[in-house]
Amino acid sequence: MKLFALIGGGVIAHISRLGRASVFLYRVFLGGWQIFTRPSLLVHQIYAVGVLTLTIILVAGLFVGMVLSFQGYNTLVDFGAESSLGLMVALSLTRELGPVLAALLFAGRAGSALTAEIGLMKATQQLAGMEMMAVNPIERVVAPRFFAGFFSLTLLATLFTAVGVAGGHFIGVTVLGVDAGVFWSSMQEGVDFHDDIVSGIVKSIVFGFVVTWIAVFEGYDAVPTAEGVSRATTRTVVNASLAVLALDFILTSLMFGDV
Amino acid sequence: MAAKNSSGNDVLVEFRDVHFAYGDRPILKGVNLTIPRGKVTAILGPSGTGKTTLLNFIGGRLRPDHGDIIVDGLSVPRLRLKQLYALRRRMGMLFQSGALLTDINVFENIAFPVREHCRLPEPVLRNLVLLKLEMVGLRGARRLMPSELSGGMARRVALARAIVLDPMLVMYDEPFAGLDPISMAVIVKLIGEVNDALSISSVVVTHDVAEAYAIAHYMYLIADGQIIAQGTPEELQASQQVQVRQFMDGLPDGPVPYHYPAVAYEDDLLRGGLD
Ligand SMILES: Nc1ncnc2c1ncn2[C@@H]1O[C@H](COP(=O)(O)OP(=O)(O)OP(=O)(O)O)[C@@H](O)[C@H]1O
Ligand SMILES: [Mg+2]
Repeated sequence: MKLFALIGGGVIAHISRLGRASVFLYRVFLGGWQIFTRPSLLVHQIYAVGVLTLTIILVAGLFVGMVLSFQGYNTLVDFGAESSLGLMVALSLTRELGPVLAALLFAGRAGSALTAEIGLMKATQQLAGMEMMAVNPIERVVAPRFFAGFFSLTLLATLFTAVGVAGGHFIGVTVLGVDAGVFWSSMQEGVDFHDDIVSGIVKSIVFGFVVTWIAVFEGYDAVPTAEGVSRATTRTVVNASLAVLALDFILTSLMFGDV
Repeated sequence: MAAKNSSGNDVLVEFRDVHFAYGDRPILKGVNLTIPRGKVTAILGPSGTGKTTLLNFIGGRLRPDHGDIIVDGLSVPRLRLKQLYALRRRMGMLFQSGALLTDINVFENIAFPVREHCRLPEPVLRNLVLLKLEMVGLRGARRLMPSELSGGMARRVALARAIVLDPMLVMYDEPFAGLDPISMAVIVKLIGEVNDALSISSVVVTHDVAEAYAIAHYMYLIADGQIIAQGTPEELQASQQVQVRQFMDGLPDGPVPYHYPAVAYEDDLLRGGLD
């Protein structure tokens, strides 16, 4: 009996949280018009979020591209297919690794920071203070951060891919001696704008949406104590990462499943 | 000023039979009180009786389970969000914790509500903020960040911010808690000055009896979810009601219970941790 009550309670708690998160998202969108009247709020947040994550994205992109190039070369050379190295690196990055890894890094770096910032503002009554000053914290604090995160991740994922290709080029051409012309032309012929690049961008838009949504909601919904905020931060990283991986699977099977 | 009434009487806030519970724990059990315009009204009561909760009703941050709260002729629980925000523009609130925005300095904190609500040219804004800072004696501290302020200074900055838009009502939540005697006297003086000079109405929620006597024109004593006494400071001082005496003279136990509601102590011990 107790077990049923426990399971039932857990399920109800999860569903009601999901409900609250949806209502919250609706209110964020309602509050979104502020961004058009005060673009400076958005620009400020894009700067904050972007600067926070730029270094890690660039470094990670470079290394992932280089490792990919090494491993790809080792496999391809056995089949005498090292001329396809550029294609392999570029496809892996645009379709999968760019959006997914950028989103995971973003969740860990910017997502956790967003949650902690909003959660602390709640714990120190800054959000309540704003409400009493007739300033809606969802419009003033949450919406700019949400749209900034969403927009930044799309850009960052593209950057990740570009830097990754550069890293792959460096290893493949400079270190392993693949012909530069072959490297680029295989990429040019094999990468399709619609199928590969657009689908990669769609993925990063979806990931950006979900990761920032989770991050700002966890912050806004945090139990307003030190422990509550730290738990919320952990939940952001775990839930956002799992959501990215699960959504990646779903999107991949929708986009490439029928090939 | 804004304090001149629109509903034509001298009652600014009225609680009508307000009931409220957090979950199944009742906090307010039928509170009736009125807050006059232009006066300082003190609400006293022991810790945890729902004084902060009362202020949250006036600001519309909570809704009562039953009853009504009228502020300047408007029923707060029935306001739409937009009207509520319009009403809040005419209120200032000093939080128990100050609630300053921690990522901007003192000057910007006070300028914040002005920037959000009015388009003032920068020099005018600057003069307005400096005027309020001068009033609380912290003009020299305007470049400091909130983390660099002492508790008493933070409270004064929060006060300056609460009055920067010349509200009709300022609510003070425990303005004296945790201050040294000098800072306390400063705050007492400021609350009086703000009330008189700006013809604002003030509500002070506190458990510091002496300070409440010093500033209030009218006092309510709340315990166990109800108003147990009210009157001018002189009337309360002369009251022979047991509960009033217990609180005013600071006796540890009496009609106002010392214990948070619980099952009988023996039962709790005998249950041996079977919660
Ligand atoms: N969010 C909440 N959820 C559940 N119970 C709450 C919540 N906030 C306050 N309470 C309970 O409501 C009661 C009244 O709280 P309130 O903050 O109004 O007290 P107070 O009179 O301001 O006390 P103090 O003088 O210590 O500030 C407290 O006993 C507290 O346990
Ligand atoms: Mg309180």
